[in-house]
Amino acid sequence: MSLAQFLTIFISAVFIYNVILSRFLGLCSFVAISKETKPALAMSLSVMFVTTMSSIITWLIYRFLLIPFGITYLRTISFILVIATFVQFVEMVIRKVSPSMYRFFGIYLPLITVNCAVLGVAVLNVDMFFVKDKAVAGSFFYSAFQGICVGLGYTLAMLLMSGIRERLELCNVPKCFKDFPLAFIIASIMSLSFLGFGGFPR
Amino acid sequence: MKKLFSEFIKGVIGENPTFVLVLGLCPTLAVSVSVINGIGMGFAATFVLLGSNVIISMIKNFVPERIRIPCYIVVIATFVTITELFMKAYSPALNRALGIYVPLIVVNCIVLGRSEAYASKQTVRDSLFDGLGMGVGFTLALILISAIREFLGSGTIMGERLIKGFEPAFVMGMPSGALLVIGLLLAFFNLLKGRRA
Repeated sequence: MSLAQFLTIFISAVFIYNVILSRFLGLCSFVAISKETKPALAMSLSVMFVTTMSSIITWLIYRFLLIPFGITYLRTISFILVIATFVQFVEMVIRKVSPSMYRFFGIYLPLITVNCAVLGVAVLNVDMFFVKDKAVAGSFFYSAFQGICVGLGYTLAMLLMSGIRERLELCNVPKCFKDFPLAFIIASIMSLSFLGFGGFPR
Repeated sequence: MKKLFSEFIKGVIGENPTFVLVLGLCPTLAVSVSVINGIGMGFAATFVLLGSNVIISMIKNFVPERIRIPCYIVVIATFVTITELFMKAYSPALNRALGIYVPLIVVNCIVLGRSEAYASKQTVRDSLFDGLGMGVGFTLALILISAIREFLGSGTIMGERLIKGFEPAFVMGMPSGALLVIGLLLAFFNLLKGRRA
């Protein structure tokens, strides 16, 4: 476990392999909720929380349940079930504890269950930090940190996008480009600029 | 028979999952670098759609309303795991090319969307054809996008060079090329819809 490794995870998860702009995870929520900044921020924060927690939970499940019993092929089923249950649980807790927070985050939480970014991080963690079903040293912390960073990358892309789209509302665009098509073209240009972080292959 | 055919064809044209419903875009954009990958992903998703639609319409009367979503997800995840294991065994190269997007079929909105909106209310036979239609529509959309990207990005289609001396634009194979193609295609289909209406 080294600081350099953490820095690498941060830079690659937030900039070079940004979840939305280069891995295409969580695109549906990205184009659907990025019309205004405030809901976009609420959604991003909930995604960040869920990716972090689910990275931790799925690591524990993979390490202490699936590997010892030799049932790693059940990875997809167990991960998605745990994530769905966890999200439902968080929704119930928030509704009970703080109704005002529920109004802010509540409607986005059910959407997160089917957000590819959450399951994507869990699968990615297993692919990256388990070599031949053996945990790499410090992989628990790497996984949790990757969860946070992917959430940060999602937030960055969401905020940029919603800022641009708020201004676009006032512009006069061709009718057939309204909403989705234009959002994708903006995302394409953003993705092009993020390409610069990775450098150009020769 | 006519009804079944219309169930099938609506998934291909009228309610095409990619261009009309705008669902399940993550795998569409990520794997459409080459036509072969597109076809592989299309077949995998079609198999999952068919299987989960049939099973869910069979069990729809036994599943309590409140916990239906987790139940559906388990059914879908089972079919995805079957697909994943099959692909690993019989075509490891395709499995490597599709990478994490194979397990991610579970969270493909098309599959859960069809179970929730269609299979949980209709008969087994109708659901079978609905799943087939949606799968074929998805596969055709994938082939269209990946053909455009493969041609512009590496100058080939299915690995065959079509035009001599065509200088491919590298960026079309990158993520930003995928977003540009889907944006322009959606605008084009919107234009067609506006003309017809």
